[in-house]
Amino acid sequence: MRVMAQMAMVMNLDKCIGCHTCSVTCKQAWTNRAGTEYVWFNNVETRPGLGYPRGYQDQEEWLGGWTLKNGRLNLKAGGRLKKLLTIFSNPKMPKIQDYYEPWTYDYETLLGAPAQENFPVARPYSLISGKPMNVSWSANWDDDLGGSKEHAVKDPMLKGIEDKVKFEFEQTFMFYLPRICEHCLNPSCAASCPSGAIYKRAEDGIVLVDQDRCRGWRMCITGCPYKKVYFNHKTGKAEKCTFCYPRIEVGIPTVCSETCVGRLRYIGLMLYDADRVLEAASVENDHDLYEAQRSVFLDPNDPAVAAAAERDGIPGDWIEAAKRSPVRRLIQDYQVALPLHPEYRTMPMVWYIPPLSPVVDVVKDTGHDAEDKDNLFAAIDTLRIPVEYLANLFTAGDVAPVNAVLKKLAAMRSFMRDINLGRNPNEEIAAAVGMGGEEMYEMFRLLAIAKYDERYVIPTAHAEQAHALEELATDCPVGEYGGGQPEALGEGAGRPVPVAVENFAMLQARQTSDSLENQLIGGGSKQGRVNLLNWDGIGVPEGLFPSRDGESAQTRSEEPS
Amino acid sequence: MTTFLWVIVPYICLAIFVVGHFWRYRYDKFGWTTRSSQLYEDRLLRWGSPMFHFGMLWVVLGHFLGLVIPKSWTSFIPEGIYHSIAVVGGMLAGVLALVGVSILIYRRRMTGPVFSATTPMDKVMYFFLGAVILLGMVNTLSSSGAIAVGDGHYDYREGVSVWFRSIFWFQPQPELMADAPLSFQLHALVAFILFALWPFTRLVHVFSAPLGYVTRPYIVYRSRDARPGAGVGTRAPERGWDRPELQRK
Ligand code: SF4
Ligand code: SF4
Repeated sequence: MRVMAQMAMVMNLDKCIGCHTCSVTCKQAWTNRAGTEYVWFNNVETRPGLGYPRGYQDQEEWLGGWTLKNGRLNLKAGGRLKKLLTIFSNPKMPKIQDYYEPWTYDYETLLGAPAQENFPVARPYSLISGKPMNVSWSANWDDDLGGSKEHAVKDPMLKGIEDKVKFEFEQTFMFYLPRICEHCLNPSCAASCPSGAIYKRAEDGIVLVDQDRCRGWRMCITGCPYKKVYFNHKTGKAEKCTFCYPRIEVGIPTVCSETCVGRLRYIGLMLYDADRVLEAASVENDHDLYEAQRSVFLDPNDPAVAAAAERDGIPGDWIEAAKRSPVRRLIQDYQVALPLHPEYRTMPMVWYIPPLSPVVDVVKDTGHDAEDKDNLFAAIDTLRIPVEYLANLFTAGDVAPVNAVLKKLAAMRSFMRDINLGRNPNEEIAAAVGMGGEEMYEMFRLLAIAKYDERYVIPTAHAEQAHALEELATDCPVGEYGGGQPEALGEGAGRPVPVAVENFAMLQARQTSDSLENQLIGGGSKQGRVNLLNWDGIGVPEGLFPSRDGESAQTRSEEPS
Repeated sequence: MTTFLWVIVPYICLAIFVVGHFWRYRYDKFGWTTRSSQLYEDRLLRWGSPMFHFGMLWVVLGHFLGLVIPKSWTSFIPEGIYHSIAVVGGMLAGVLALVGVSILIYRRRMTGPVFSATTPMDKVMYFFLGAVILLGMVNTLSSSGAIAVGDGHYDYREGVSVWFRSIFWFQPQPELMADAPLSFQLHALVAFILFALWPFTRLVHVFSAPLGYVTRPYIVYRSRDARPGAGVGTRAPERGWDRPELQRK
C-alpha cells in the first residue's frame, strides 16, 4: 500500500442553474490572455448537447483516454512509438473550429460613430485571422437546448436511446454539466506527453503542465478524453486547469467553487492506494470501473491507513482533513457521487451527483405527488430516460448505480418533507435505500445547507515547504515579476514572489481591510501591484512598474515590448 | 579571403551555435517550443510536415555518412556502388524534404492565421533553410551527373568532407574548400549561417526530440519542491528573440 492524497471535487448537478459564473470567473483568473481566447478551463454544457469541444465524448472519433488490449492498458491514440512517429503532425488533434473560432467586436465603430440616423453596428472579427467573420459556434452554442433538433440529437451520449428522446418542447429533459479537468489518478494527458512536461503533483495530485518543459508536441490534447488540455496558439504550449493550486495551497477553494452561485461544489481530500490504480483502471468490464475506482480509495478513519499515510509522508493535518472531507463522504459514505466517464479509464477525480430533477419533472408533469417516495421510485424504475442517459455519462452505461443514487436522492426528498412539515420523520423511507434516518439527515445537511467550511475542507500546504511553493506551472508569459523588496530596489527587483504567497497576501489584505481601495484584484491597484494572471501580454499593464520618478518608469515600460 | 570564408566564418557560426543554445536554454526555456500551428490548419500540415521532417532526418543521416565518415572507412564498398547509393538516397531524401518544405512555406504564406503567427525570425530562417536545401539538391544532382557544375565530376568526399572534419580537429584546411565548385561552397556557407541563426529560431526544438519518452514511465509524479534547478523563480526574466508576437491583429 502506497498512500497518496488527492485534492478532489464533487458537483451536485441538481443545483446547477447554468449561470456560467464559474466559467467566467475562471476565465478572468486564468485564460484572459491572447492565445487562450478559446480556452475554458471550466465550461458548463447543456445536456443533452454536443459539449465543448463539439462531440468530444465520442472517443471512437477523438481517441482520447485509455483502452484495454489483451488485459493491458494502452493509450487509445497509440503508444509511445506511434506517438513519436506521428509527432510531426498529430493525426487526431481538434481544430480550432471544433472548439470555436474566438472573436471580438469592432467597438471602435460604435465609440467613434458620429450622430447619424441609423445605429452603427459592431461587426465580429476573428481573433485568429483578424478578418471579419460570421459567428456560428461557441463554447455553449447549444445552451439551454438551443437548436437542439439540429445539435443535441448528435450527442454521442444518446447512443442506445436515440429513439426514446424527443426534442419536442415539454417532452424533453435537460440539465447542466459544469466541467473542469478531472485531475485523474491515471492521467492519459501526462502519459501522452513526449517531453514528460505534464506531471501529477505528489502532494495533492493536481495535474499540471510545466511551461518550461512543454515543447508543444500537442499529444496531450489528443490524449485527454475530456479535452481539458488546450494549446495556447501564441506561446505554442499546452495549458490546462490548475485546480487553482495557488489558492488551494493556502487553503482556499478554486475560483469556480468560490464563485459558484448554486454552491454546488465540494472540495476535499481523498486518500488512495497508488499501487492499486493501474490494476483498478484495467478491470475487464467497463461497468466495474466505478466500483474499482471506489476500491482504491482508503478510509482515513482506519488506523492502519492513517499509520501507512504517516509513513508515506502525509502530514497529520492532511489526514485529519481527509477524515472530514465532504468529497469522501459523498463518494464513499453516502455513495451518491459518480465519476464522469469512468470508461475512459483515467480514474477521474471530479465526481458528480446526478440530477434527480428530470425525474421529478416527469412525475410533476403527470400530476402526481413528486415528493412521494413511491411515485419517485416507480418513475426511476420505469423511465429509461433520463436514467440511461445519466448512466452513459457516469457509469459507462450501467443503470444500477445511477438508479441507486437517484433513489437515495428521492428518498431524501420525501424524508425531508416530513421534517419540514413538522411531522415525525419516517425511518422507513431512509431504510428503503439502506440508510439510517440520522445519516440521511446528515446527507441532507451536506447537500443542502452546508456552510463554506464544510463544503471546502482544504488543508494548507506546509510551511516547511513554503520556500518551494510552485509558481510556474501555468502562468502568463510575462517578464519581470513583482519582486521581494519594493522599497529598496523598486518593484521589479529581487526574486519573484510565488503566486501562492502573493495571492495569499493580497487576499488577506482584501479580507481584513474595509476600504474598497484594496479590492481590486485584477488590473491596477493603489500600490502599483497588478495581478498578472489577468494580463494578456499586450503592452504593459498599468501599475506594473512603480513610478518612483516619471522618467525611469517611462524608459522601463518600453523595454518588454 | 579563403581563410575568412572557410575558417573564420565557420568558427564564428559554430561558436554562436553553441553559446547561443546555452544562452537560449538559460534565459528562454519558456520560448523553447515547436510553436506548432496545427491548431489553425492541418490539411496541408498533415502532408507537408511529415514529408519535410522525415526527409530532413534522412538528409542528416546522409550528411553524417558523407561528411563525418572518412572515405577510407568505406573503401570496402566499391566506389560505384557507394556513389549510386549516395546519389539515389540523397535524391529521394532531398525531394521529400524539398516538397515538404515547399508545402509548408506555401501554407505559411497562404493560410491567414498561420501567416500572421509568423515572426520575422521565422521568415529569415525559412529563407536560409530553403536555400540550403535547394543548393543541396543542386549538389546531389551534379554528383549524379544530371547537371554539370564546374568541370565535370567533383568528389566531395575528398574535398568538402575533409575540410568539414578538419574544422573539428582545429586544423582547418581552407584550401580544400577554395577548390570546390561554387554550388558546394554556397551550400556550406549558407548552412553555416543557418547554424548561427539556429539558437534564435524555432529550430531549437530539434534538440528537444523526446527520445526519453520511449523509456520513461507513463505517469510522471513530481513533488512541489523537486523542481530541478531551484525552488522558486526558475523562469527566466526575459523572453528570447523568437518570442511569439503578442500583438492583437
Ligand atoms: S481530465 Fe485532466 S488529468 Fe485527466 S486526462 Fe484530461 S487533462 Fe489530464
Ligand atoms: S456557477 Fe455554479 S450554478 Fe452557475 S453554472 Fe457554474 S456550477 Fe452551475
